[in-house]
Amino acid sequence: MNDFALTPLWTDWMIWGLIASFAYLGVLVRRSRQVAQQWMRIFESKLAMISAMILCIYLLIALLDSIHFQTTSAQQMTVHQSVLDKVFSHLAVGQERTYSAPFASTEHTKSLVVNQAGEMQQLRLPLKHIRQDADFSMIGQTLSAFLFASVLSGFVVGWHLLWRSRVHQCPFKDWLNQVLLGKTRLPWRTAYLTFWGLLTLFCWLWVMSHSVHVLGTDKVGSDVLYESMKSIRTGVLIGVLTTLVMLPLALFLGISAGLFKGWVDDVIQYIYTTLNSIPGVLLIAAAVLVMQVILSNHPDWFSSTEDRADIRLMFLIFILGLTSWTGLCRLLRAETLKLSAVDYVTAAKAFGVSRMTIIRRHILPNVMHIVLIAVVLDFSGLVLAEAVLSYVGVGVDPTMHSWGNMINQARLEMAREPMVWWSLFSAFIFMFVLVLAANLFSDRVQAVLDPRNQSDQLTR
Amino acid sequence: MLTYIIRRLVFAVPILIGVNLITFALFFMVNTPDDMARSQLGAKQTSAEMIAAWKQQKGYDKPLFYNEKQPGLAKFYDTLYVQESLKLFWFDFGQADDGRQISADIQQRMAPSLAIAIPTFVIGLVTNIAFALLIVLFRGSVLDTATMVVAVAIMSISGLFYIIAGQVLFSKLWHWVPISGYAEGWDSIKFMILPVMIGVFAGLGAGIRWYRSLFLEEIHKDYVRTARAKGLSEIKVLFGHVLQNGLLPILTGVVVVIPTLFMGSLIMESFFGIPGLGSYTIDAINAQDFGIVKAMVFLGSVLYIVGLILTDISYTYFDPRVRLTA
Repeated sequence: MNDFALTPLWTDWMIWGLIASFAYLGVLVRRSRQVAQQWMRIFESKLAMISAMILCIYLLIALLDSIHFQTTSAQQMTVHQSVLDKVFSHLAVGQERTYSAPFASTEHTKSLVVNQAGEMQQLRLPLKHIRQDADFSMIGQTLSAFLFASVLSGFVVGWHLLWRSRVHQCPFKDWLNQVLLGKTRLPWRTAYLTFWGLLTLFCWLWVMSHSVHVLGTDKVGSDVLYESMKSIRTGVLIGVLTTLVMLPLALFLGISAGLFKGWVDDVIQYIYTTLNSIPGVLLIAAAVLVMQVILSNHPDWFSSTEDRADIRLMFLIFILGLTSWTGLCRLLRAETLKLSAVDYVTAAKAFGVSRMTIIRRHILPNVMHIVLIAVVLDFSGLVLAEAVLSYVGVGVDPTMHSWGNMINQARLEMAREPMVWWSLFSAFIFMFVLVLAANLFSDRVQAVLDPRNQSDQLTR
Repeated sequence: MLTYIIRRLVFAVPILIGVNLITFALFFMVNTPDDMARSQLGAKQTSAEMIAAWKQQKGYDKPLFYNEKQPGLAKFYDTLYVQESLKLFWFDFGQADDGRQISADIQQRMAPSLAIAIPTFVIGLVTNIAFALLIVLFRGSVLDTATMVVAVAIMSISGLFYIIAGQVLFSKLWHWVPISGYAEGWDSIKFMILPVMIGVFAGLGAGIRWYRSLFLEEIHKDYVRTARAKGLSEIKVLFGHVLQNGLLPILTGVVVVIPTLFMGSLIMESFFGIPGLGSYTIDAINAQDFGIVKAMVFLGSVLYIVGLILTDISYTYFDPRVRLTA
């Protein structure tokens, strides 16, 4: 009999809490016609649509990896894993002995073995967890993955087409025609193609990973594809959750400074100038060093290495959040200063509307574009920063899956003969796709939401 | 002018005190000397006497801000804050864990850091501005779009990738330059080429985008229209007028960086084995040497504040509209 219990980590609570609050915010904001229009304009761009879908895939994987549960089997073996581990369970178990190249059938390095005749021989040993039987064909597997993904995406796209044509109250045939010709306001054709492409890629990776190590294995024989997938959670969490810590601070302090002026303004300005004048990496490094000492002196805070890594990740997110709110705070202060002199705010003050109501009704909606731009801009920087921090030794726990740790462990492998390039390559590619998508998307968000860009676009 | 500079310097003092307090809070209050002793001595052997001995040896056996046992002024003087943190103000950084003088180490390591940082900074600035002007000249064309795409791609790749890829290509495969190391004098050039090139390239994406938008903002102004109206060629307009007027906003971004060049680059130096301040900091972080990290945090803040003051001064110097009394 299998016992099943959810065992969420601290960061799991945080990310799901954040998703829930964003969803709530989304529902609130949907009521506003103007905001809905702005979002439409963001997604009018094909690039923005594609990058948003890629970002969604990353987020989805991170979320799947944030549902942790444990199962106790009949043999009293307790397994602690996430949904993602379950999906790729064949990779988690499929440990080899050491390095092997992508798609290889033997190990990367030769080892000394005694053959049947009793002679010592230098051989590349065959890998354990791949299919070596004769009826295995890579092309056949690829084709089946392709077919499966096509059929599945066909269903999803068909259903979506039907739904959109209902919404637009347009006959299905006409709507289909418009989509195919790319004449719809939102680039649905591009979206469907991207969906199909991503689904095919995912299915292919999943099918192939049963038979070969698609991205090879690393020094201790773990599958690199699995490592890279597991790293997604760390990267996305650092990028997203830091926002959660930073936003309330920046919003509260920035708006108070701009609205109350006087000594409040002076104090808040002093705080952020001081924090800002400490070089970012050094402040983070100093804080993380201190955190390490605290953690090593409180072994009772965590029961397992996983818990320890998780608490460390949470601390890192807090540290990153506490050191990165100053930029946004300064922008918000300036904007609030400007807004507090605007006629409708003066009028509201004259009518005796309370400060909180003014903030809620007039200030917050009018600084939201700044907040949004800052959040999407910061995301890519934080993902990149994780790698650098882990390299410096002040990033996430060394036992945690992360691109920074992968790079850190693999960087000396380039010096080997022949080169072991796949670990590094995979980490960089996974990071590059995420950061590129985030950069492209944030460019579009900035172009649409930043009022300064409006005139620029007209003249160009 | 002199009074202005003095006034700015005086304003910097409270900020530095704030920085000092933050580092003090981090290293002595959040994480008390007892904690430090425990983690330094290892978990097994943490008897109270050993901790006390370690603290006495380090000079950490004092109260934080107020020492009741001492008479008179020494009540304030003989405390951890004054003894350990306030002395940073006269750049007395104390000893590292291995007994070396931190100030001497820093002085010695500044030169290699600057040898990498200054060329990277100067060449990077010139290339960024040159590329940006070129693209502004061809704005709206395919070249413009293509360069912007490449710029986003360059921005999206981790800096670690450039370093590793550069080392593999230029040193390991083609043997053009040594992989890492450092030498005194002119011999150092062969060690410097690769880090400088990589540094310039890694900054190219963000740099081009930044200066392009800066020049594009400039190009819609009235004086540009006037210049065109009087029949100047586009090149003359760009290099003669737009560049000159764009220098002012460029100045703000640039001057503030100059003093922090002293700090060197953490990653670049440790990858290329350059004995500068960046690798010094990394080594200290890995060895958990709080004294050095504390010193570098303070030094970095001082240099940043110097940069801010220099920015303001250069503003008043180059832009006659800025009044000194501000």
